[in-house]
Amino acid sequence: MNVDHLVTMANEIAAFFDAEADKQKAAEQVANHLNRFWEPRMRAAIKAHVAAGGAGLAPLARRAVELARS
Amino acid sequence: MYATDHHDLGTPESPGAATVTVEIDGRPVTVAAGTSLMRAAALAGTDIPKLCATDTLKAFGSCRLCLVEIEGRKGTPASCTTEVAPGMKIRTDSAQLRKLRRNVVELYVSEHPLDCDGCPADGHCELQDAAAATGVTDSRYSRAAAAAEAPCDSSNPYFVFDPSLCIVCSRCLRACDETQGTFALTIDGRGLASRVVASQDDGFLASECVSCGACVEACPTAALHEKPLAGGRVDRSVVTTCGYCGVGCSLNAELDGDEVLRMVPARAGKANQGHACVKGRFAWGYATHPDRVQRPMIRAKITDPWREVSWEEAFRHTAGEFRRIQSTHGRDSVGGITSSRCTNEETFLVQKLVRAALGSNNVDTCARVCHSPTGYGLKHTLGESAGTQAFTSVMQADVILVIGASPTDGHPVFASQLKRRLRQGAKLIVVDPRAIDLVRTPHIEAAHHLQLRPGTNVAVVNALAHVVVTEGLVRENYVAARCEPESWRAWRDFVAAPRNSPEAMEPVTGVPAAAIRAAARLYAAGPNSAIYYGLGVTEHSQGTTMVMGIANLAMATGNLGREGVGVNPLRGQNNVQGSCDMGSFPHEFSGYRHVSDAPTRALFEAAWGVPLASEPGLRIPNMFEAALDGSFRALYIQGEDFVQSDPNTAHVVSALSAMECVVVQDLFLNETARYAHVFLPGSSFLEKDGTFTNAERRISRVRKVKEPLAGLADWEITQRLAQALGYDMHYAHPADIMAEIARLTPTFRGVTYAKLDALGSIQWPCNDKAPEGTPTMHVGEFVRGKGKFYLTEYVPTSERSNDRYPLLLTTGRILSQYNVGAQTRRTANLAWHREDRLEIHPDDAETRGIRDNDWVGITSRAGETVMRADLTARVTRGVVYTTFHFPESGANLVTTENSDWATNCPEYKVTAVQVVKVLQPDDWKARIAAQRAERRRAPAPAGG
Repeated sequence: MNVDHLVTMANEIAAFFDAEADKQKAAEQVANHLNRFWEPRMRAAIKAHVAAGGAGLAPLARRAVELARS
Repeated sequence: MYATDHHDLGTPESPGAATVTVEIDGRPVTVAAGTSLMRAAALAGTDIPKLCATDTLKAFGSCRLCLVEIEGRKGTPASCTTEVAPGMKIRTDSAQLRKLRRNVVELYVSEHPLDCDGCPADGHCELQDAAAATGVTDSRYSRAAAAAEAPCDSSNPYFVFDPSLCIVCSRCLRACDETQGTFALTIDGRGLASRVVASQDDGFLASECVSCGACVEACPTAALHEKPLAGGRVDRSVVTTCGYCGVGCSLNAELDGDEVLRMVPARAGKANQGHACVKGRFAWGYATHPDRVQRPMIRAKITDPWREVSWEEAFRHTAGEFRRIQSTHGRDSVGGITSSRCTNEETFLVQKLVRAALGSNNVDTCARVCHSPTGYGLKHTLGESAGTQAFTSVMQADVILVIGASPTDGHPVFASQLKRRLRQGAKLIVVDPRAIDLVRTPHIEAAHHLQLRPGTNVAVVNALAHVVVTEGLVRENYVAARCEPESWRAWRDFVAAPRNSPEAMEPVTGVPAAAIRAAARLYAAGPNSAIYYGLGVTEHSQGTTMVMGIANLAMATGNLGREGVGVNPLRGQNNVQGSCDMGSFPHEFSGYRHVSDAPTRALFEAAWGVPLASEPGLRIPNMFEAALDGSFRALYIQGEDFVQSDPNTAHVVSALSAMECVVVQDLFLNETARYAHVFLPGSSFLEKDGTFTNAERRISRVRKVKEPLAGLADWEITQRLAQALGYDMHYAHPADIMAEIARLTPTFRGVTYAKLDALGSIQWPCNDKAPEGTPTMHVGEFVRGKGKFYLTEYVPTSERSNDRYPLLLTTGRILSQYNVGAQTRRTANLAWHREDRLEIHPDDAETRGIRDNDWVGITSRAGETVMRADLTARVTRGVVYTTFHFPESGANLVTTENSDWATNCPEYKVTAVQVVKVLQPDDWKARIAAQRAERRRAPAPAGG
């Protein structure tokens, strides 16, 4: 999977949920979205990207990726 | 000429609830107050002779044939324009009436001799009927030369106007006015020189006529008749459902043997109310076009020529390839695509094949690229992934807000109903970057046209909501009773923030703040305000956010849960709603239940006899990404043309070229078939049984009119492929598939073919609580319980204009063509639209030296294409617009891969472009063709 595209997608999802004042809740909502709509190889690729430093990921997106299922 | 089996009651049904009893020819008759004497008599079994009257149009009272006598009244009033009154005693037959009627018919016959042999209307002509009823065979009066010598107008490709057969009853122009709402026809001249003309006597094709055919159907003679009627006689008819847009018109296919002679809208059709458009009524010739492929074909490489094979070999080869690829690259290296043009039963089978036979959730549907944000947005806010109303609900609306849709182009039959309501006085607000027809059309003018910049929908809806919240326009009682209080408070505070005010958003949206405020006040005042929206809402990077914003606005103003209000997505294709309902998305089973839900999965596992995956599969764009990294290698595509319809053609082509086995099931060798290894010839909507579900959740029967050209209906092809894969799939008829759908899907629990036949159609949910369906959703409470407000922060799209790409391109449809044009390009609809063109504002054109009809090159970050320019002020400065119906125009060569954050629905509606005048279009075309050819020789995927 093209990780740059995944980073863009994760950041866009995070941008929507970022309106939530409780940032922990926002991160859980983003993670829930990733769990429910991202195919496992997409989640694996973005998790590997975070493990490698997570360049380009917004803080909320990065936190959500960490919370998401493998 | 009406449907051959139609019994005309003369005047429309009266909506009155009170009843009146009269006496007709000595017999008591009770009818609704307001009913005409003509209709009352017809309901009692007495058809009064008539010519200008018909039950689809308001009474006109011009032909003077339907005269009756009323006890205690002088004269002989027309029964079509006289309403029943309590105790009235009517006589429909007497020597005096017979004499009067006979003389009237003689006058008509003097202008229209009864030379019936060979006439297309012979046997179904209302003048012929009137003459028979009055005993007229000839006329004592001589014929005026003008009528006899008037030339035929055959300019319209589908019908003929023969003035010599016209009795100037005005039914055609009244149909154009009342039914269609175009007002293209008029009566020119006076007395015996009176004649029907289109526009300023321009001829039908060149006139404002939209070729809906309502005039042709309303004509009592053969003055207006469909051209095929001249070559055949109707000997049977089959009621089926149109295969074009999401209105889902019910049509009578009238046949001569197996040959379709014409399509006539079914009067009982609840979606279309007896109306149709140029596509549904006339543009069905593609079904027998010579381009139809009739034999399966395979090839080892996409550069090889096709080889025709038997069905058996095609299935064996395809199944072998899929199993080979799965054994090498894993179970999830394959997938399938369901089609929103196919039936519910067919889409259900494709997703079942992928989930059960292939063991993967890699199934998606072409709804991905149109209304997937609708499903997500409405499910989360209201609890159900569907529109809330029946189409007829619009007749109760006081304010109608149309956002990002052009119903007169995309959903013309609904548009006619909408226009009827607007002519009755409902107010209209249009939110669109382009001046769609509804903004100003005969007898209609929008109260507000919020002509926003492309990509700023969410900013506009937030600004509208800001006005509602800060000016005290919220329906507080409704919100308190029906919505989640916590989400309400958070949303109220969010939209009330100054950054969401119309004034703060004006620099972003380009819409004057005062106009936003006025529109918000009008919408909130209602009392019944309804929202209708299209792909101009969904096909954005914030498509889902906008759907949620719309739902928020409707909840805050109490405009959900009754007739006349609601949130209504206008679905693009005939079965977009159905394909989504049937579990076509990779994360959910039919009825929108997530694959991770263990009880639901257990239900399907028990029914299908195999374990099912609990993780979501790949969406279409994810499949392309996975193809390019080598982890996705085979795809079964039913009825979808990615290469033409999906954004960034270069990317799509690269992905398809990287796969080892692409299977295309379609009527024609479409653009995607260029990259396919297997071609399975599909069947048209005329060649199979099944159901479609339209934009109002209405399930309607599709009935087989003729045998499949290639021998198998699409559901049979999928079934045979599943069998070749070793999966036990055996249905004798689509009714059996629907029975399984009903067993497994709560919202379809009560649906059967027998009930569909009895009721005509059913709006889901249809279950024990609503055995005959649900016209209006969320009555009393929302499907999810309490409505949930979502915070909809405006996030600008990353696709922005700059010095290099200073214009914003947006795309849409035109009335006469349909989506990628695979069907309509193979019909005479080309008479209206032969090519895609670029609409550009005259000021933007002038600065570029572009004149009307010039060739222009369009360049974006993704690619380039070339087409002709139309200079028009319908678009604002800085915005250009085109359609995407023709592959040679390559509109999607320039659109980008930007997509909706929640669903990956492509952002077709915003592409930054530059437009330049092109003196040598052939050079551009050659270069683009070379680029396409180069992409076809794309390298093998990494890791391959």
